[in-house]
Parts: sequence; C-alpha cells; structure tokens
Amino acid sequence: MTSNEYDYLRKLLKDRSGLVLSADKQYLVESRLLPIARRLGLTKLSELVPKLKVPGAEPLIVEVVEAMTTNESFFFRDKVPFDHFRETVVPALLAARAQERRIRIWCAAASTGQEPYSIAMCVKEMAAKLAGWRIEIIGTDLSVEVLEKAKAGVYSQFEVQRGLPINMLVKYFVQSGETWQIAPELRAMVQYRPLNLLVDFAHLGNFDVIFCRNVLIYFDQPTKIDVLVRLARITPADGFLMLGAAETVVGLTDTFRPVPERRGLCVPTKGDAKAAPAKPKAPESPRLAVAAGGR
Amino acid sequence: MKTCLVVDDSSVIRKVARRILEGLEFAITEAEDGEQALSECQRELPDAVLLDWNMPRMDGYEFLRALRRLPGGDRPKVVFCTTENDVAHIARALHAGANEYIMKPFDKDIVEAKFQEVGLI
Ligand SMILES: C[S@@+](CC[C@H](N)C(=O)[O-])C[C@H]1O[C@@H](n2cnc3c(N)ncnc32)[C@H](O)[C@@H]1O
Repeated sequence: MTSNEYDYLRKLLKDRSGLVLSADKQYLVESRLLPIARRLGLTKLSELVPKLKVPGAEPLIVEVVEAMTTNESFFFRDKVPFDHFRETVVPALLAARAQERRIRIWCAAASTGQEPYSIAMCVKEMAAKLAGWRIEIIGTDLSVEVLEKAKAGVYSQFEVQRGLPINMLVKYFVQSGETWQIAPELRAMVQYRPLNLLVDFAHLGNFDVIFCRNVLIYFDQPTKIDVLVRLARITPADGFLMLGAAETVVGLTDTFRPVPERRGLCVPTKGDAKAAPAKPKAPESPRLAVAAGGR
Repeated sequence: MKTCLVVDDSSVIRKVARRILEGLEFAITEAEDGEQALSECQRELPDAVLLDWNMPRMDGYEFLRALRRLPGGDRPKVVFCTTENDVAHIARALHAGANEYIMKPFDKDIVEAKFQEVGLI
C-alpha cells in the first residue's frame, strides 16, 4: 500500500467514524482489511482502495469502517462505573425524578451489549427501590454487526467469565450448551439502534444518564469536544455522563465537570449556577470550585 | 502474601494454576483430592481455595461442605474451577458456600477477574 493509499483510508475512516490513525498504524489497517480484500478475490490492499471510490461503493465502505472499529467489551467493565451508577446516580435520580418516576439511560457505544446489559442487571438488582418506575435503556453503536450480537445476547463461556459475578450469570442468563444467552426479561429492557456519534443525535431526546465509554479515545480532540458539547445539550442539569477509565472532560470542555472521588462520572455544569445562585464566583461553592480546579 | 490452596487431581492443572496464581502474588500449596485438602485446611486455613469438582476419595463439593463446618472455615474464599459447567452444578456449589465459579477451560484473565470479584486482589 502506498502512502497515498494509506492516507486515503485514514481520511475515509476519520470522516466516517471519527477514528484517527497515526502514520505508523498501517499494519493495523492491513490486518483488519486484508480479509475483506481477500473475500473480494483481491490479493493486496492497494487493489481495495480503488473499489472504495466507485459509484455504489457504499456497502463496501460501511464494511471497511466497521472492520476498523474496536469492539472489545466486558460485563461490568472496570467495575467502579457500575458502583457509581448504583450508589450515586440512581439515588440522585430517585430523588430528582420522584414526580415522573422515569429514567432514560443511553449507552452511546454499546458494542456487543455487555455494557447495557450490565446496567440492566444493576436496575434489576435495585428492583425494590425502582418499583413502579419506568427505566428506559437505549444502546446504540456505529456498527450494525455488533448490534446484531447485542440483540441476540448470546455470549461464549469466556465472555461471561470476565467481570460478571457468578450469581449474576445464574440469575440473568439462560444456558444453551457452551453458550449463555441473556434472559428474555433482561433483553426486553434494552432497545438497540444504529447511530453514528459524529451525526446529530438530538432526535433521541434527553437522557438522565449517558454511558459514553471507550469510544472518545479513538477520536481527535476537536471531535471529542464536538461530541461532548452535543451530549451536554441532551443531558438535563441534574443528569450524568459516565466516561471510560482513560477518558476525561478536563481540558476539553466546560459543559461537563468530573464528580470528585467518582472516577469517570461527570455532571453538566449548567446545573452549577442553580446549585449556588447567590455567589456565582464564590470559590467555596463546591460545584464551582471543582469546575475551576479541573482546568 | 496471601495463600491459596490449589486442589485438583490433575498435576497439569495444578501446575498451570500455580503459575497463574504465583503471578498474582499468592503463596501456593497443593492438594490432589478433597481429603488431602481438608487435612491441609485443618492444619492451616488458606485465604483462598481453587477447587476442582471431580476428584477421587473426596470430591470438591464434599470438601467445600466439610470446610465450611471447620472452625473459621467460612473465611477462605472458595473458587470452583471445573468442567462441570452446567447451571445446576453452579447453583449447587453456590448453595454450599462457594464464592465464585470458573468453568474450564480457563485462562489467566478469568482467574484474575474471579479473584478480583471476591476481593482477593
Ligand atoms: C471498545 S467499544 C466500547 C464498548 C463499551 N462501551 C465498553 O466500554 O466496554 C467501542 C465501540 O464504539 C463504536 N464506535 C466507534 N466509532 C463510533 C462512532 N463514530 N459512533 C458510534 N459508535 C462508534 C465501535 O463500533 C465499538 O463498538
């Protein structure tokens, strides 16, 4: 593959999915895309590139873009976000939404479903507190292929052993030979649809909690900022954003700020003014103090 | 350093488990069956037990029940590690006081995840 061809693929991927690849990632592109080229009867990636430029190439482009996504996910990945969800987020929303008794949750990079189903299990475990509440969980992803797997909810023995406590496996899965399927009542709690974070998502409505984990890491800075700013628009002042372990809003945007002592958890700063209306500049106001300290 | 008793009648599995657990900074003792494991536990209770199900003399399930009746026997975290991968066996093990359950075949990541799950790491 010539550097021109590599640059063409890099630009295509950046435009379509936000994925940024440095000049030294050619090997990664080769290993992910060669199987597609081979399937088309081609021997080299150089032969694939022209095929992406012709009219009617759209399905192939989609396939190339999906093949370059990293879809790895685990149940209860990193554990603490789910502790924060149970111990901080849900109690706050139980108070804040006592009238509506409705909570909307969005997994913005749902991949193969482990994250939304982990949230659904948390919700089930809190059933007593949430009795009579409507909990909506929506999982979206750029890749249609991973969403198919998410919808089916069928996982290998290896996949159900990384991060998933054994009692949850017994309670919320149905065994079928070597594989385990999410129980129907849990599957019914999550709706899936394809969605590209680069494209407007305001039509989804507002969400009380957004899990946007381990996807911003693949984007460049302006793209991260753009996505975060648009997420802030659909997060109410008392809502929450959960980021991945290697992700932060600090240094990117003022629309969210991290919650102290709650790694990964952020809140919109538009709630801050309301929390301290009397002294908008007072450094002792906890919400403002943190917003300033975070920069 | 935390201690882990590895109970399996296969010396190959014991060796694999030892290598993984030593990598996670456990001091390892081994037993070939439930009877040997029980006398080990009567001598000294480990922090963790990695436990096979099917073994000659005393199987893992019987060992677990006997262990939980020893004075202080509720303390060790017991992680089953077995080819008995059906939900009925898993439910029985949990009922008898197992803390976690590994279905064979397993790898290092799974052992690490399960030991983390029960607070051993
Ligand atoms: C590593 S997975 C993260 C899964 C899960 N959130 C977790 O943390 O375990 C990243 C996912 O982001 C998706 N993705 C990548 N670019 C995207 C975009 N522009 N819009 C929506 N999803 C995207 C990929 O398809 C992939 O499934």
